[in-house]
Formats: sequence, C-alpha cells, structure tokens
Amino acid sequence: MGRTLAEKVWDDHVVRRAEGEPDLLYIDLHLLHEVTSPQAFDGLRKNGRQVRRTDLTIATEDHNTPTLDIDKPIADPVSRTQLETLRKNCADFGVRLHPLGDVEQGVVHVVGPQLGLTQPGTTVVCGDSHTSTHGAFGALAFGIGTSQVEHVLATQTLPLAPFRTMAVTVNGELPADVTAKDLILAVIARIGTGGGQGYVLEYRGEAIEKLSMEARMTICNMSIEAGARAGMIAPDETTFAYLQGRPHAPEGPEWDAAVEYWRTLRTDDDAVFDHEVVIEAAELAPFVTWGTNPGQGAPLSAAVPEPATFDDPSERYAAEKALEYMGLSAGQPLRDIAVDTVFVGSCTNGRIEDLRSAAAVLEGRQVADGVRMLVVPGSVRVALQAVEEGLDQVFTAAGAEWRHAGCSMCLGMNPDQLAPGERSASTSNRNFEGRQGKGGRTHLVSPPVAAATAVLGHLASPADLSDVADHAVPAGV
Amino acid sequence: MEAFTTHTGRVVPLRRSNVDTDQIIPAHWLKKVTRDGFEDGLFEAWRKDEAFVLNQPERRGATVLVAGPDFGTGSSREHAVWALQNYGFKAVISSRFADIFRGNSLKNGLLTVVLPQPVVDRLWELAETDPTAEVTVDLVARKVLAPGVEADFELDENARWRLLKGLDDISITLQNEDAVAAYEALRPSFKPRTQVA
Repeated sequence: MGRTLAEKVWDDHVVRRAEGEPDLLYIDLHLLHEVTSPQAFDGLRKNGRQVRRTDLTIATEDHNTPTLDIDKPIADPVSRTQLETLRKNCADFGVRLHPLGDVEQGVVHVVGPQLGLTQPGTTVVCGDSHTSTHGAFGALAFGIGTSQVEHVLATQTLPLAPFRTMAVTVNGELPADVTAKDLILAVIARIGTGGGQGYVLEYRGEAIEKLSMEARMTICNMSIEAGARAGMIAPDETTFAYLQGRPHAPEGPEWDAAVEYWRTLRTDDDAVFDHEVVIEAAELAPFVTWGTNPGQGAPLSAAVPEPATFDDPSERYAAEKALEYMGLSAGQPLRDIAVDTVFVGSCTNGRIEDLRSAAAVLEGRQVADGVRMLVVPGSVRVALQAVEEGLDQVFTAAGAEWRHAGCSMCLGMNPDQLAPGERSASTSNRNFEGRQGKGGRTHLVSPPVAAATAVLGHLASPADLSDVADHAVPAGV
Repeated sequence: MEAFTTHTGRVVPLRRSNVDTDQIIPAHWLKKVTRDGFEDGLFEAWRKDEAFVLNQPERRGATVLVAGPDFGTGSSREHAVWALQNYGFKAVISSRFADIFRGNSLKNGLLTVVLPQPVVDRLWELAETDPTAEVTVDLVARKVLAPGVEADFELDENARWRLLKGLDDISITLQNEDAVAAYEALRPSFKPRTQVA
C-alpha cells in the first residue's frame, strides 16, 4: 500500500524502531528562542552534556523582545535577564544566535524559511507550538516542550508516539476576497480545536496548490489550533522556486539531488488517510472569530451565534462563557463589533505578502479615530523589504504605528498589550482569554480584514470600504 | 523525573472545556528562567474571581484536577505543567488532552489520565457533593477509584514504564548513540546546516 507524505518523511527519519517502544526520530533542524530554552540548557549543564549538533541548531530572540527603542536597554529586568540568558547559553554551547538588532532577527518561524533552512522532507522542531508553520514546505514540523528541547539538544533525536493522518482537501478556487487566513479559520471552525488531535494534517487540492509559499505557511501555522500534531503541504514548483537561491538552500549538484528527492515527497495515489475532510473553496468568505478559542469563528457576514444552538453541552457552555468574556450578545451582527486596536503581524500573518495586502487596503485611507493600529513585521528582513517597497510610509501615513520585528501583541509578553476591556482585530493565531493582555478581547482576522477594520473602526472587509472611498479591492493573498 | 505509581487525593472539579495553556499560566510568567516558582501564576486570571473553584477553602490541598475536554490546548509552554506541579497537583483527569501538553506532563511525572466524559461528570458530581471525597489514580493497575467510581484508563506501555520508574528519556536515548551515529553517517549531504564546519 502507498504511503502519505507524512509517513514518507517520518520513515526517512527513523533512527531506531523497536517493538513496544516509540520510534526514535532524527531531527534535521532545531530552532530555539529565549522563552522555552533556558531550563533546557540548565539541564545540559547539570548533567555535563553538550549540544550534539550545533550545525543543525539556530536561535533568535522574538517572544519577549520590545518593538520600540530596541537600541536601548530592555526596561523590564526579568525580560532582560531572559535574553541575556539565551545569549550566554548560545555562547557557552556554540549555538548560532540572531539577537535583537541583528539583520536576521525575527519571529523564529519567519526566520527559518527566509534563510532557506526549512526544506522539504526535513524534520523541524522548536519549543513553540507554531512550528507547524514549516510544514508548508513538506517538512514534518512540530512544537515541543522544554524537556524535549533538552532531549534534542543532547541527542538530535526525539522518541515520538505514532500519529494518524488526515487529508484536508480544498477543491476549486478561493474567491478573490478570501485569504489563506480565512480558509484556515474556516477549517478550524469545521473540525474543532480538538478535531486534529493525534493527526498530522495534509492540506491538498487545487486551492492549496495555487497558494503562494507564504499563504501555505499561514495555513500550516494554525494546524495546532485544530489540535493537530502537525500540518503539511506537498512540495512542488512553488516550493522549489521559493527556496532556490536562499542563503541555506543547496546549490549546484546538491540542489539537483535535493530536488530529485523532494519530488518523491507526495502522497501516493493508493495511500489511505485515516480521516478526510473536504472543503469547497467557492463556499468560503472572509472569516472572523467571535469567541475565545480559534474554533469559535464565523463568516464576517454572520451574526454572533446563540449558544443554545450548540448540541454539545460543553460547546454550549464554552460559547456562553466566551460571549460573557467577549462582552457580546447572541444575534449581534459581527460587522457591528467595534474595535479599538488592530494588530498586523505574528508568525501567522507577519510576512511581506501580509503587509502588502494590509497596505493595499490602507493606501489613501486613514485609521479611524480612537483606533490604535500596530504593524509589526515578522522579521528584520521583512521590515527591510517593506521599507524598500514604501509600505512603512503607507502605514504611517494612514496613522498606524510601524514597529520593529517580533512576536509582539500576538502573545502579549512584551509591552505591546491590550488593556483590560480593550478589543482587537488581530492577524495572529489565538483569541484565548487574556492572550493579548489581561482582560483583552481578541477577534482573529486576515490582514485585509484587519486593515479594513482599522479604517471603519468595526469588523469589516475591504468590500465594505467601497462607499468610503473609490478604491480597488486587493486580491486575496 | 519523579516516579509515579499511585496517588490518592482530593479533587478540584474544573467545569471548563478548552482550558488553554494561556489560562493555566499567562505569558508574562514565562519570562522566568527556572522550573519552579510558577504556583502563583496558575490560573492567575480566573483566581481573581473569589468564586473560582481553586479559591474555595474546601479545595485547599486537593491534588487531582478534573477538567473538561481539550485540556492544555494552545502553546507548547512546559511552564503549564510546572505551574500545576508547583501548586501541588499530581494528576489531571480529562476526556481529551492537547498532544503537546500531554507529552510535557508525562515527561515531568504529572499523570494525565484520559477518561470518558460520563466518568468525568461523575467525578465532578462527587467532588461537588462531597469535597472531602478522595480519588485514587493507580498507574500500576491503570485504574481510577473513588466512591462509586471504578474506571480503567489507557496509557501506552512505554510511557507507563518510564513513569513508574521515573526514567529520564535522555539517558535512555544516549544508550542508543551508535544508532544515532549510524543514521548521521548516511544523511544526505544536501540537508541544511546552520553553521559550516
């Protein structure tokens, strides 16, 4: 019987297989950041261990870094200590680090792909759940805890429990105003936050094949929000074109050998998935969340749902709790929800195409009075590209704040936070209670919806702007 | 890692589904570089509400958390497990756990037990009717026992063995270093490197 993409990559990394034991898998690339690594390095020291493969390990600073005044000492002493700890650990153990201020610094899941380190058929891990992003290249990529970070540092392997496979097939073409973000939010609403549990998802079908690499990263990024172990997309010409010429992509005969291997990384025609979900692209529309988990979403044209309509008692209770926390009432049109903050950025939507699509909506328009809009590029390289294209000027002319690269308001660990009761439209990945700041309320949206929302001051899509100004609606990313 | 064989303690009934790791330990606690000192951050936002179950005097000293489905979703932060352990929890029972959280818990000796929702419902009712009721989580027999409740649970044999013995994964893997070296010798040369040797 044929094998799925995920099974092929898994099989190619088995170091040891023994009856009654989890497979021991080799890890091709280990990404580190300041938050989930200090205790792992401590463990190495305590046991007199080294980093086995510094040449397969790379670190950057992102979660806890400021996006303003980055040339000044970090004000919060606890944050400063954490960054200094990473710098010391990387120096002591010989790990390559791109610290704050470095041209290669940025959100770890933006940095890996742009350096060409994330490649098809590799295993990629990081102490961060959004490592699933790298699956867009046909890599088997997943988030791990700190104990596993230590395990990979010491052994370059991980013992891993077997997984099940799920195909998420998206037929047809996405409508022009529907982005990858809308698609993945719709997928999560369909299968639920626990629906992917134990599965590696493979996104396939015509709509997926037509997506750019950056859009594919947005899709795979949020696989974890459906509870999945990982998300993957088979590598194709789009993937190869993205990689060729990047700093760490193979060259010459090595490139040819790599591409020959990468072309084998497709699910065989006779392979069987454990589960399959089919989505018709034409039925999708701009999608936003109304609740406090990423599965609680609906098309922008819909209304806040009535909790009583949920059959499952725990979902019903969760919806009641969510509406209470979000300060919303059932039946309220989603378009009527006013926001005071808009965040564009994160490992989900902080890449250049995301900034372009937000800027296209904002060009010649103004952020509404009383709305604060933050634009945080995913990496320094993304920021430089945006400046070259003049996007930073578009944002600042519209009244948005153009910040330095980092995770920023996605998780509210640095000073970029919502105040209690504030409400955001955010291009990030989680709308959990207090995620963006204690008492803050989050609506997950795509970059074009974020920009249109900033202009109108309530949840909106670019199409809603037609009567505000005569302006072309940007095509979906 | 601390070994886990069997544990008996009182229950905290947490009637919430999708308890994400941002609720278990908010991000601002993640600036710490240690594995301890997270107990005050556990469910920090919810604990501001006096009526929250963890604030009820009769729950003081309870060691078994019984929660709704999809416990531990979201971020991979192992700090969530440390916070539960620092607070005093020895086991968590739910009908469904997020994968990364479950993996993290078992690597730290916090036993996460999957039981069907009807059994979770019974444990909630029991703990709410009689806060002094004790539940036993027996990893040797793979059973959860409480007045009127006897439920078997599954845990893969390898994970169970590591927990029972309190074994450190890294030492086990290092015993297979030859296999790792043999694999490395055959890795294609086109694979990416972060540093040139």
